[in-house]
Amino acid sequence: MLALLDVDKLLTFTIIGLSTGAIYAIIAAGLVVTYTTSGIFNLAHGATGMLAAFTYWQFRFAWGWPAPVALVVVLLMLCPLFGAATERFIMRGLKGTTEVIRLTVTVALFAGMLGLANWIWPPDGSRVAFRRFFEGNTVPLGGINVSWHRVITLACAVLVAAALRYIMFRSRAGVTMRAVVDDRDLAELNGGRPDRVAMLAWALGAGLAGLAGVLLAGEQQLNIEPLVLLVINAYAAAILGRLRSLPWTFAGAALLGLLDSYYLGYLDGRIIPSTMFGFSLNGLRASIPIIVLFIALVAMPVSRLRVGAVRFREKHREPVWSTSLLGAVLLVTFVIAISGMLTRANTLLAINGFVFAIAALSLVPLTGYAGQLSLAPMTFAGLGAIAMAKLPGNGSILTLAGAILIVAGIGAIVALPALRLSGVYLALATAAFAVLVSKLVFNQRQTFQTGNIDVPTLAIPFVDIGSPRSRLILLSVAFAVLGLCIVALRRSPLGRRLIALKDSQAAAATLGMNLTATKVAAFAISAGIAACAGALVGDKVSPQQYDFLQSLPVVLLAVVGGVASVAGALLGGMLLGGSLVLVILAPAMTNISKVLPGAIGITLGRNPSGASEQIAENFRALAGRWGLISVAVAGGTGVWFLANRGIISNWSFVFAIAVWTLGVVPNLPALAERFDRRTVSAGIWLAAGMAAAAFIDWGTAVGSSGWRLLVLIAVVFTIGPIGERLLDRSPRVRPGSPDAIGLTDDLTPLEVEDAERRIGVVL
Amino acid sequence: MRPPILELRGVSAGYGAIEVLHDVDLVIERGQVVALLGPNGAGKTTTIRVASGQVRPTTGFLHVAGRDVTGVSAGALARAGVCTIPEGRGIFANLTVRENLWMATHGGPSLGEVEECTYARFPRLAERRTQVAGTMSGGEQQMLALARGLAVDPVMLLLDELSMGLAPKIVAELYEQVAAIASEGVSVLVVEQFARTVLGVADHTILLANGMVRWSGATADIGDTALAEVYLGQGRSADPTPDTTTSPSPGGTAP
Repeated sequence: MLALLDVDKLLTFTIIGLSTGAIYAIIAAGLVVTYTTSGIFNLAHGATGMLAAFTYWQFRFAWGWPAPVALVVVLLMLCPLFGAATERFIMRGLKGTTEVIRLTVTVALFAGMLGLANWIWPPDGSRVAFRRFFEGNTVPLGGINVSWHRVITLACAVLVAAALRYIMFRSRAGVTMRAVVDDRDLAELNGGRPDRVAMLAWALGAGLAGLAGVLLAGEQQLNIEPLVLLVINAYAAAILGRLRSLPWTFAGAALLGLLDSYYLGYLDGRIIPSTMFGFSLNGLRASIPIIVLFIALVAMPVSRLRVGAVRFREKHREPVWSTSLLGAVLLVTFVIAISGMLTRANTLLAINGFVFAIAALSLVPLTGYAGQLSLAPMTFAGLGAIAMAKLPGNGSILTLAGAILIVAGIGAIVALPALRLSGVYLALATAAFAVLVSKLVFNQRQTFQTGNIDVPTLAIPFVDIGSPRSRLILLSVAFAVLGLCIVALRRSPLGRRLIALKDSQAAAATLGMNLTATKVAAFAISAGIAACAGALVGDKVSPQQYDFLQSLPVVLLAVVGGVASVAGALLGGMLLGGSLVLVILAPAMTNISKVLPGAIGITLGRNPSGASEQIAENFRALAGRWGLISVAVAGGTGVWFLANRGIISNWSFVFAIAVWTLGVVPNLPALAERFDRRTVSAGIWLAAGMAAAAFIDWGTAVGSSGWRLLVLIAVVFTIGPIGERLLDRSPRVRPGSPDAIGLTDDLTPLEVEDAERRIGVVL
Repeated sequence: MRPPILELRGVSAGYGAIEVLHDVDLVIERGQVVALLGPNGAGKTTTIRVASGQVRPTTGFLHVAGRDVTGVSAGALARAGVCTIPEGRGIFANLTVRENLWMATHGGPSLGEVEECTYARFPRLAERRTQVAGTMSGGEQQMLALARGLAVDPVMLLLDELSMGLAPKIVAELYEQVAAIASEGVSVLVVEQFARTVLGVADHTILLANGMVRWSGATADIGDTALAEVYLGQGRSADPTPDTTTSPSPGGTAP
């Protein structure tokens, strides 16, 4: 009883809790400001704080700048500039896209910044310590000594609260920010500048993230991942404020900070044991904010269904059986054909690519069709791997079926509380689930006992699947089969219900559709497919492979590839596998590969339907024109024949096949359309490109494999589009004032012709 | 001669693949009050959106005071003096009355001037200056919206469906204010679905149907025939079948 009445101890832990809460509050306030003014929930907000902390460390401790100078440069110059640039060059392009795309772009930013930090400040490098403000000095406060750092932290939070209150209610810029949230168009009709206001909000948000990052680094030292993940905890505070109310956000942050410190001071190891029923509870303290986040999300009042026309920039088509079957057969044939040519290392990488592709495929029904973003595909894959290893049957088909069913069941259970949520809240709930599983399940003796488990290879009667080559073929077959299942799903009544869910929940509900059952089904199917990605690995796996941070690139590249189609999932998975290729084949490229997924994702604003949809658009012109299709197939076969006979090298084969399929084939219809000067010049250009791709020995011409891949991308995107430009017959439309045409610019022959036709001079 | 204050020249506009306005010409001279009438889906709101810079015409040009402003942003037009009160309630529901008026200051006047002018015209708003605008009655909300048009001293006022969802008495009150604005020499373009509400105010009328201008001229010259034709469809009034009892003008012209 006496321990509970120990006032000094209570005060000490209250101060610790409040100062932790103060940091959460500052970072959450920045998140709320950007979310309310731009409608974009910035998942990269924490990463901004992390980068700011590292930059501050660089200036202050590595280069020895005085603290005030370093603080001004980082918090008042670099952070706001970064925030404003993010809004101007990335977020502004996202108008009219779905919430999935908007969230994914911030995931891309997150991944890119994480990569950048790992690049500039490698985790293994030894560093000068990050010291707190006035380290070692304390202030006496009510009988205990409080460090200056904590006092400063608390003061910062109070200042931020007061400053935000003033800006939002007592300045025209702040009022305009709130007005833009209310009605963006009307704000513009009032003469306001919504874009400029959004830039200001992002600058403010980044500045707050930076401040929190610097304060947090003083408490936690500089480590990239803990810094980023701790900052995720602040999301819980923002959610407690419903992403709107700043006072509630501050209260939520204080609550989280106090919970954490009281747990440490009173419960840990005393009231709550470190193990229970043989399970370790070590991860519990770190999970508290996540658990609060989960409870807050689930306890949120159900958001009202939004009524009204929804028009998105993304376009997707229903897959057709003939092309789907053809694609499946072609995929497996292609994998069998090239598997013999691959080295052992490349085979393992291709296996990885297919594992990612299956994980990305799990997002197709859930995210692509039903429009619900999940940030936990790799978590479900991890659960699948554990189930496959632990269930009896040693990897038989029945074991696989059991693993799929169990994980699908877990998916359905996770979906139940998350059902009332959608959009950003649902994405956060899945993120919370992913972090919880990593912290409380994957670190148990019972799951990954030695840090690794052996997932058995799938046992198929009469077929020996031992070698990497046969595992690769097995995975390609698995992907093809699962892909066809997705196509069947899309064409079934359930598939149409999923699409309806995405298009308009309100309309679907008024038609009598059971939204709950449909969402649960989508989650269960998605989890089941993700389970396959883990269960079919057939290798030793570690819990790090199924961490929350591993899910981010999968989600990102699935959306980049085109999350509403099977081909998009394949493309996304291979892109991710490909960026891993860079790491292993070319150590010099490691750093670029870290930033690559982020860099690709940021382009989503320009092409929200995904890359596969764009590529498919190019091929669609070939549909039904069997002459052209046979030319296309003959060309590909010819290149393969040349490689198989050893006439061209393997790298030349890769270059030639890529140039042929992505550069030449899409231009075939235009080439065959008419024979004129344009056709000849384009034909010569494309033929020269093919010859260069096939007969330059790229293996020796370009030193490292990483650079070869970059050169490959450059070559493909030079040959194809230039050919297209040469063949372009559409007249250029030039907007402009009629007063200016003919005065400042010369009339083109086309315009003269057009004008003459209009006034009836020529017919 | 001074150029017209607002001119749409051969404007076609729409949303995505759907074209709403087809080759619309529209001229508003200085000091004119023009009523833009037409049935549901005629393209009235789209015309306002083009004139206010919210929708960029696919072909054609927008001129304000003789200058080509095609493609200029809505914000820039607003700051240049084209004041638009959009359909519905042109207010920020979650901001207080005073904060709403603060938003009107982007065009130049100070908050003090805007408040003074507003409270002089609408004393009721002075009582409610710290109230959240969305909690006021519909009429008060529309007063607040219209107050912006008065306070910013615009060169051109665009009003979209001012009467929507309001009691006739309040509508009459609001249009008194519109007439007052017009008497100060401000040009006004009024969009209404119900013709009777504005014909008393407007000195010029344009009838729009299916995205095309059907009739244009002095309000005094407009007959029931032209109105009925636009609202009920061309030739409907001359339809020989007896099912025309709803048509108010049985003696219409043949198509």
